[in-house]
Amino acid sequence: MALVKAFTQFVEPPSSPVTDVAQGAAPGARPPKLETVQMGFFYGLNQALRDVSLKINERAVTALIGPSGCGKSTYLRSLNRMNDIIEGTRVSGKVMLDGEDIYAKDVDVVSLRKRIGMVFQKSTPFPKSIFDNVAFGPRIAGLTDKAKLTEIVEQSLQRAALWNEAKDRLRDSAMALSGGQQQRLCIARALATSPEVLLMDEPASALDPASTSRIEDLIFELKQNYTIVIVTHNMQQAARISEVTAFFCMGRLVEVGQTKQLFTNPIQKETEDYITGRFG
Amino acid sequence: MNLHDDFYERKLVLRHRLGQAFEWLCRLTTWLSMGLLAVLLLGIGRQAWGWLTFGFLTRGNSYIAEEAGIVAGLCGSLWLIGLTAIMAVPLGVGAAVYLEEYARPTRLTKLIQLNISNLAGVPSIVYGILGFTVFVRMFGLRDRPEKFVCSLGFVEFSFELPLGRVVVSGAATLTLLSLPVIIIAAQEALRAVPASLRHASLALGATKWQTVRHQVLPAALPGILTGVILALSRALGETAPLLVLGAAAQLSVVPGRIAGITDALTHPGKLVQAPFDQFTAIPLQIYSWVSDSSRGFEHVSAAGIVVLLVVLVLMNGTAIFIRQRFQKKIRW
Amino acid sequence: MASAGPARREQSTPSLRRTFSWQRTREQFIQGGLFCCALLSIVTTLSIIYVLVTEAIVSLPPDTSFFQEIGLVEFFSETRWTPQYAEEQRHYGILPLLCGTLLITGISGLIGLPAGLMIAIYLSEYATPRTRSLCKPMLELLAGIPTIVYGYFALKVLTPFFIVPVFKHTFGLSVGGFNALAGGIVVGIMIIPMVASLSEDVLRAVPNSLREAGYALGSTKFDVSAKIVVPSALSGILASFLLALSRSIGETMAVAIASTGQPALTLNPLDAIQTMTIFIVNVMQGEVVAGSTLEKSLYAVALVLFIITLGMNMVSQMVLARYREVYQ
Repeated sequence: MALVKAFTQFVEPPSSPVTDVAQGAAPGARPPKLETVQMGFFYGLNQALRDVSLKINERAVTALIGPSGCGKSTYLRSLNRMNDIIEGTRVSGKVMLDGEDIYAKDVDVVSLRKRIGMVFQKSTPFPKSIFDNVAFGPRIAGLTDKAKLTEIVEQSLQRAALWNEAKDRLRDSAMALSGGQQQRLCIARALATSPEVLLMDEPASALDPASTSRIEDLIFELKQNYTIVIVTHNMQQAARISEVTAFFCMGRLVEVGQTKQLFTNPIQKETEDYITGRFG
Repeated sequence: MNLHDDFYERKLVLRHRLGQAFEWLCRLTTWLSMGLLAVLLLGIGRQAWGWLTFGFLTRGNSYIAEEAGIVAGLCGSLWLIGLTAIMAVPLGVGAAVYLEEYARPTRLTKLIQLNISNLAGVPSIVYGILGFTVFVRMFGLRDRPEKFVCSLGFVEFSFELPLGRVVVSGAATLTLLSLPVIIIAAQEALRAVPASLRHASLALGATKWQTVRHQVLPAALPGILTGVILALSRALGETAPLLVLGAAAQLSVVPGRIAGITDALTHPGKLVQAPFDQFTAIPLQIYSWVSDSSRGFEHVSAAGIVVLLVVLVLMNGTAIFIRQRFQKKIRW
Repeated sequence: MASAGPARREQSTPSLRRTFSWQRTREQFIQGGLFCCALLSIVTTLSIIYVLVTEAIVSLPPDTSFFQEIGLVEFFSETRWTPQYAEEQRHYGILPLLCGTLLITGISGLIGLPAGLMIAIYLSEYATPRTRSLCKPMLELLAGIPTIVYGYFALKVLTPFFIVPVFKHTFGLSVGGFNALAGGIVVGIMIIPMVASLSEDVLRAVPNSLREAGYALGSTKFDVSAKIVVPSALSGILASFLLALSRSIGETMAVAIASTGQPALTLNPLDAIQTMTIFIVNVMQGEVVAGSTLEKSLYAVALVLFIITLGMNMVSQMVLARYREVYQ
């Protein structure tokens, strides 16, 4: 576990702030839920992200778009320190949750990840029952009260819009669910630990259009209560569901702004090229 | 819906403690087993110290601990392993080539494959019983063994039918025992050869056998050799099947009564006769010494074990050398 | 594919039609030969079965098989196994041998299975690549040590320096130079590398995405290892346990050296015992009269041993095969 912590205090020297563009959030609004300040990310000697400064608003959907390999997934994964698992990675700059540096030495990663949940591209149900999947997070957190667990499972499944389909088969294996259901199960599982932020790494890219639209509806519902950051390849999806969109390219944050504005009137040429399909 | 936060914090400390304790337990178990290996080797080495002399390597067996030697077992084991290799390697590699290169996934192929994995798990003592019945007794075809004399022109040798407790019976038993292991290892080595190599060769108009013979086998050779040597070194340490065959543990003469290299060169007939002679093997001698509770034999058996382990280390070392040497050369 | 011979040169227009060629014949000959090599494994199994069955269950008329002389009921219900005694005192009940085997297997399982699994978890979940690359060859080394060496270790080191001081001198229990505990312990050590490497393969086959999903839910490393990875790999782990136990059952030399005693219905690990394998080895060391009931009893015991180990192997192979399919 003690992989990268030693480097986390290291702050990069300020470089030319290409990314220092106007933030999408209206000035004077609530402080951002999550914020990265001149964040850099290294795989060994390879720098995958440089100088990313981004504010993520509370109870809103922030979409990260950009061509493959641009670093948007890496960025997402470093928001709840999932990259700690990969050996030889380190982060520079600051990542703040409610103004607190999550890469500070005394931060407990386990607690952090409980507050920042994550849903992956491929659905990853554990080979257990539906109930046990959703109850996993609360259980490892130390909850043993049966009634309370049942309540949490029901609420989570309801919020993930899976309750009606799953309520009669809670004891069945989660592997028996369809792809779209599995993904909603993973969302329910993430909600069961009552996180504040939900990170989604292309959650619908492996699903058929019908399931995709259900997931999108779900995200729309969830943003009432959760801060959501979503990586997507699908620009229409980003346009449909997000308030703020950030465009990544070659490990840099090129542009960030209100979704509508970014798609209709991008400031940077690179952004325009990408969203009009000239490259990427 | 929120999980009790106060409660959570307290539990979290415990969870981290538990996790650390578990990791240390796992780590401890791992290093303890490795440590056990060291204890085992050091303990045996200490017992053998001073007893492992040149004389021990060149003397025949004896009932007096100070005069016991291992030459009969050493030569017996070398004969056994040599003959086993001659029989098992072509058969094993052939079977692997058939299964990997020729066989279509029919029911028979699946049966053979399943059968091979199951044979690998059959206790060695059962192979001993098989060898005893089939090779030593030959199903009791004759009540008394019949002697045959065979001439090869310049030398002649004799053998009996049923074969009796001779080197070839032992080698044949060990062959059956090590075949599944060799086949499985060779299959893995063949599977590691990329299909593109086969396709390239076939596209040049080579026949299947030409492709296997000139492309696939050479590419898989290091892997096959490693597997073969490992299987043979396992066979070398096998005691139970030889014991069941009824090989004479106390024997103090070398198969064929070959006195040395010059003797073998001047009397080539002895070399041909040796496979049909009685034998003992290193592990058999060790067993008879371990079972002997008279004074001094615990040292003799320890010295025997050291000899056995040295032979094994030499074989395994060769395998590792081959693996290192050739793996670097061929990179896909 | 390329089985059709190359077009013959002497024809003015090369034809692609199959014609007789030595090369094709040779190819088929080779394929046939290789097929025979593969078939040998089936022949081996069949001959094991033939040999055991003809001596134990059915024989050609002039001879009688073991079970024709001794009924199945006596074989499985009689509590004495004394085929080497004088004629009138002979009893053929396999229970004492099964009991001895069970005792050895139980002790070895208690030691080898948890230790092997822990090593597997350590190597697959915790160890750095460097530690792994150091430990794997050591495990192979441990696995490559002949069983007779373990027997020596049990008899000359474990019993006199550990078991006797602890149980006899400290607790005042009666322990002899031969006891089931020493044999069981070394067999347990012997199966550690097998359990460890098989289970490690199984654990590593669990996809990383499951581990990541676990971490994302706020799991500690222990939660991920013990509550996600191990349960996900459970069927494979159990299969590897089964394979290892079948090896314990068939283990001969270590037990024969360290634990040999009279066949007895006992579960006291400090007693000397006799297992199926010890019986076979002990009898075969002396001269056995061909055709005697004693000789046939060997085959009957070997048949029981073969059936038990084969059954366990087949079950675990099947489970492992299915497990690999799940995570492919």
